[in-house]
Amino acid sequence: MSLTALAKNGAVPDHPLEDLIRSDRIPHIWCPGCGIGTAFAACLSAMKASGIDLQTICMVSGIGCSGRAAGYVKLDSFHTTHGRAIPFATGLKLGNPKLNVVVFSGDGDLFAIGGNHFIHAARRNIDLTVICLNNLNYGMTGGQVAATTPFLARTTTTPAGNPEAPFNLPLLAWAAGATYVARWTILHTRELTECIQKAMKKSGFSFVEVLGPCPVNYGRRNKEKSLQTLKLYQEQTIIRNNADPTDLEVDFSKKVVLGEFVDKERSTCIENYDKTCRLM
Amino acid sequence: MDYWRKPLDAEEINVSQGEVHIIEDRCKGCGYCIEFCPKDILAFSIRFNKKGYHPPEVVGTEKCVNCHYCEIICPEFAIYSVEISTAKEG
Amino acid sequence: MKPAVLTGEHYMTGDEACAEGALAAGCLFFGGYPITPATEIAEHMSERLPGVGGTFIQMEDEIAAIASVLGAAWAGQKSMTATSGPGFSLMMENIGLAACTETPCVVVNVQRAGPSTGLPTMGAQGDMMQVRWGSHGDYEIIALAPCSAQEIFYQTITAFNLSERYRTPVFVMTDEIIGHMSEKVIIPPADQIKTEWRPKPQGRKDRFLLYKPGPNGVAPMPAAGEGYNVHVTGLTHDEKGYPVMSVEAQHQMMTRIKRKILGNLDDIIMTESHQLEDAEIVLVSYGISARTCLAATQQARGMGLKVGFLRLITIWPFAEAQIQALAQRVKGFVTVEINLGQIHLEVMRSAMGKVPCHLVGHHGGTIISPDQVLAKIKEAFPCP
Repeated sequence: MSLTALAKNGAVPDHPLEDLIRSDRIPHIWCPGCGIGTAFAACLSAMKASGIDLQTICMVSGIGCSGRAAGYVKLDSFHTTHGRAIPFATGLKLGNPKLNVVVFSGDGDLFAIGGNHFIHAARRNIDLTVICLNNLNYGMTGGQVAATTPFLARTTTTPAGNPEAPFNLPLLAWAAGATYVARWTILHTRELTECIQKAMKKSGFSFVEVLGPCPVNYGRRNKEKSLQTLKLYQEQTIIRNNADPTDLEVDFSKKVVLGEFVDKERSTCIENYDKTCRLM
Repeated sequence: MDYWRKPLDAEEINVSQGEVHIIEDRCKGCGYCIEFCPKDILAFSIRFNKKGYHPPEVVGTEKCVNCHYCEIICPEFAIYSVEISTAKEG
Repeated sequence: MKPAVLTGEHYMTGDEACAEGALAAGCLFFGGYPITPATEIAEHMSERLPGVGGTFIQMEDEIAAIASVLGAAWAGQKSMTATSGPGFSLMMENIGLAACTETPCVVVNVQRAGPSTGLPTMGAQGDMMQVRWGSHGDYEIIALAPCSAQEIFYQTITAFNLSERYRTPVFVMTDEIIGHMSEKVIIPPADQIKTEWRPKPQGRKDRFLLYKPGPNGVAPMPAAGEGYNVHVTGLTHDEKGYPVMSVEAQHQMMTRIKRKILGNLDDIIMTESHQLEDAEIVLVSYGISARTCLAATQQARGMGLKVGFLRLITIWPFAEAQIQALAQRVKGFVTVEINLGQIHLEVMRSAMGKVPCHLVGHHGGTIISPDQVLAKIKEAFPCP
């Protein structure tokens, strides 16, 4: 049966994620080739596949391109202030521990302006799933240097190349005490979806880094078209689960390590609070 | 994308067949689905959608194996595949 | 285990009375960060909240503290934080988010002298304009200024009730002096304490509009997890809560946020009059300085001066109509506050040049004595 015939019969099925997106707000604001949409779709697929009651899932975002994710998911969703998605999510989770809270935001939001909140949430092991779309720059404002921009990369505020070193995000998460840490690229979307699902089901602070291209603002200034970035993801990455967290720099001149790096048990902030404080 | 090697039981395996659906006006023309389709059944169409992009079109319908990769790599919720038998029942 | 409402007669500090008021109001979440002279509120809540089924968390900074308070509010809890000057400055961005997203919460500012680190252990009333205008953009908030430990207890309850009724952040503006002063506080039986909850939505969940105002201008508010799939954003949004980048959407949103406060002034503004009936000179004050003015009024009357006192309990929205009415018949105003003229400016604005307005101000660090007020009265309004 041809597509047109199917459409006439009203038999074309919806997109499998149609029920989880605010379709009245699609197309979204993300540029052609931007990786956020793919990472966001992986996140929605993971929510669906997790078997968790969708009505208990909330998404919290900060500010920036990735911060707009909360505006496209048809669940309780909160688009907060710059860098403050994690403390907002902390209050949401503590206010109602039955909620499954997913923080979806960008590298600038979570690790520069919000970096302190990230390490403290990991330290106290609050039961959140934090997904960071890392596109190596501040995309929303036109491509400025971020805490994740590779050394010597060009951005609008490092026209001669970035003189600073970037964060190794999984190492930071590991050091701060996260109980689940993984990294994938948007090309590895099946593995990414699986890991997000795992992260959501895991009690404790889970962190998934997703490398995604920002072709318009980062790629353009670093001579990388979006498909070239995806080729890098294909050719210059290596999957090594449980890799040493100190080996996880994002440097595409060498191999970038992907995989699941931490999956450990530690009692959560709420469990410890109940055990310690409620017995008085 | 070609397979590196052919599985020994390739003849016995029943490969499912899929049908690709494209919501053309959602497409922003990034080309990811076209580039990474393992069966190379997608190509840019010459049509413009309402945003002025060339959405993909299916050029080898019968070759779709319903792997869903176009669906999950698409940043726009613009393309997806369904198993053909299911589609006919629906 | 102690109950949420500690009915009985107590001797406690203003800070403790604030915490007890919050518990009596049904507050079950406190996100805080230590800062003198508000720390005792956090300490008291950390001890009391787990016992009544609530949660206390000390966050990594005041920014995180207020963000967690907003999160807990959307989880369906009555939530609060308490801070002082520097922490209050850090909270401003998320106070704007609370105003924009119409999130009920209570923020207590136990004021100390500023600017900057200032005098951490010494009181002032220097944040009265900051509480009104501290976050960027136009918005309305409600701020109360209690003047004793007993009143802090009651005003904290009122603050929660107003924040729930109007879906807005409400501020309790105390100061180091009443925060640290121990006084008698009577806590009534639980059934005599009126507590309110945010209006809850009714009807079909898929048609629910998060910002469609009810009769009093306030939209019902569901909690996360109740199935309304709300979208809450600090971007300019329409009634559905969706971001809309347009002049019209901005106009509609701002009109709603302002109207729900400015359309209910009679319900929100609380003042207390002392000997205003025949007064020729009116003292205007609030918080700890109100106690100075009570003494000054009595002393002035003893000297035969026709002095009255208008105590502002609600600072914001400002009691403009009351000042305007008084300006028609009195000789002048003297505003008394531990700053260099903040509410004084509002009194001048409201008096509209009809009568002279004077200030008895102070740089901060101590209270103003009644003698200073009397001296100003004599200087500004000399006897014929």
